[in-house]
Amino acid sequence: MIDKTLISILEAVSDPEIPVLSIMDMGVVRSAKWKEGKVVVTITPTYSGCPAMDVMGDDIKAAFQKENIEANVSLVLSPAWTTDWITERGRKSLEEYGIAAPLDPEADKEALLGDKKIVKCPQCGATQTKMISQFGSTACKALFQCEECLEPFDYFKCLK
Amino acid sequence: MMNKENLIEYIYSIADNSLILGQQLSELCGHGPNLETDIACTNMALDLLGQTRSYYQYVAQLVGANKTEDDIAYLRTERQYKNVLLVEQPSTHFGYVIGRQFLFDVFHLLLLEKLQFSKDETLAAIAKKGIKEVSYHKRFSSDWIKRLGDGTKVSHDKIQEAINHLWPYTEELFDVMPADKEAIECQIGVDAATLKESYVAAVSEIITEATLTLPETKWYQRGGKKGIHTEHMGYLLSDLQYMQRTYPNMKW
Repeated sequence: MIDKTLISILEAVSDPEIPVLSIMDMGVVRSAKWKEGKVVVTITPTYSGCPAMDVMGDDIKAAFQKENIEANVSLVLSPAWTTDWITERGRKSLEEYGIAAPLDPEADKEALLGDKKIVKCPQCGATQTKMISQFGSTACKALFQCEECLEPFDYFKCLK
Repeated sequence: MMNKENLIEYIYSIADNSLILGQQLSELCGHGPNLETDIACTNMALDLLGQTRSYYQYVAQLVGANKTEDDIAYLRTERQYKNVLLVEQPSTHFGYVIGRQFLFDVFHLLLLEKLQFSKDETLAAIAKKGIKEVSYHKRFSSDWIKRLGDGTKVSHDKIQEAINHLWPYTEELFDVMPADKEAIECQIGVDAATLKESYVAAVSEIITEATLTLPETKWYQRGGKKGIHTEHMGYLLSDLQYMQRTYPNMKW
């Protein structure tokens, strides 16, 4: 449950590694509520070792601090985060930022195994793209290259 | 409810594997054979160290008395680490990095697939999260086993050499220690012995596809689960623990 009065503050906090994406659109905020005059927020990691989580926690506290609200942030692991929790608006911001949004699991598998060319280049829109590396600049991404415009780009791996 | 000491021991036996393998992989940062594998190794290191943190945070909570995850990671003595010998074997060349990773990934995934049903909610949650990551690691290491095995004569020979060297360390994965027994009885832990058949089948399948063979081994090395390690562990720990030992309580 996310208390409606807290949404606007949380939406102003972004993923430090993907600054265009708010933590709300990322789907990592699991709950936010008032408790005895303080705010209690729980977030869930995208990947176990995601170094952005500690920063997100600090950023959330700082965002509330600015409104003179004290916030406690804790981490929950279950249920495990999935890319389905990225909102439609989040997917759009990813694309605009130059990161291809995750496909559905079946398509993702085919794309990552190189069976099918279906990941759309966020620069020129071509689907004639190839995987360069299963792992990308962060744990949640793989590295692709467009065979049309030749630009390399990140693909946000499907996690389900 | 399980005896707390035994539960902690049981968690170490799982978590220390992730810590030590994560440490080994992070040593490759900037030293991978090419940029993509370098990134892959450090990404996997990050996943493993992330899992380790979750386990150690849980242990710290069980121990209480202001213990932190850092105390557990950095301030134990060699014999208090319960990782298997396999993960502490050195990265002699890239074949060893991939061989070690592959032989561990297959086991790791089988273990987590069972551990996700643990009656201990925290362990179940860590396992569920880890499965997604470890399946990806397994895909990476399996691909490389095939690529090297079915590659050139040089790559084939090198990965075969690594597999021959590392295979005798795999039997220990299935040993059930005293603390494990209680964990299994309480349906908190996984009976590793039951994973052996699926493990050998899964490993053999990839090895065969890679035109490699598993060596015939009569003697298996064991000891890590009891805290009796190979000489490599000392060097590894001195790197791992250096900063905390030299500057106690330092923070980044």
